[in-house]
Amino acid sequence: MSKGDQVYTPAEDSFLLLRAALREVRPGDRVLEVGTGSGYIAAGLVGRAARVVATDINPHAAASARARGVEVVRTDMAAGISGPFDLILFNPPYLPTAPEERIDDWLEYALDGGPTGRAVIERFIADAGRVLAPSGRILLLISSLTGPDEVREVFTRHGFVSFIVDEEPLEGETLYVLRAMRDICRMRL
Amino acid sequence: MRKNLMEILCCPVCKSELTLSVTEESGEEVLEGSLRCPACGVDYPISEGIPNLLPQTGCED
Repeated sequence: MSKGDQVYTPAEDSFLLLRAALREVRPGDRVLEVGTGSGYIAAGLVGRAARVVATDINPHAAASARARGVEVVRTDMAAGISGPFDLILFNPPYLPTAPEERIDDWLEYALDGGPTGRAVIERFIADAGRVLAPSGRILLLISSLTGPDEVREVFTRHGFVSFIVDEEPLEGETLYVLRAMRDICRMRL
Repeated sequence: MRKNLMEILCCPVCKSELTLSVTEESGEEVLEGSLRCPACGVDYPISEGIPNLLPQTGCED
């Protein structure tokens, strides 16, 4: 398998998240893209924010993002990152994946959302508050197959309020961008 | 990685601040070196400009 086959190639989900991110980003933002893959989205934001940093667990993805001029850290989601960031982007593995459907290679990290499609998303949301600035925003790409209502419930459980801010119908599914912020009305002071 | 990336990095395990050792650099860009977590006593490599903050198991890749 060549290196190119081990990095997720930008597709409709990448295009939709970049479109939403370009609308969302402000010049002073410190931006983190988690699981950047090829670096396509992060590279599209370089120069439009104060800082753009990307992570990926996959060494081939990290090298690809760096080759696109993105500051990249090889780590599991935000594990080696302290923050704070004003805008966090994530195009996660969001497809429900049965154990027998798994393929044991680097691309698996980009695709395997566990049996519900939400395994990685739940881990991401549980840790996101640690690296998000107090008034920071999260843009998360998901599919109708991921269960948008269930993902919004995960956000709620962790003290965030979320809304669908963009969508794109595909064959057999719809892609959504969720925008989440801390729910300041429910924050315990 | 640029040296000012240090501001936003932490140990992936205990979240402590890391200390940077540079073995090869080009201006502000660190190409080879390591990031040490003093709390865990673990070194994380920087290779070809990319810091590797995966928990070090000794059987990487």
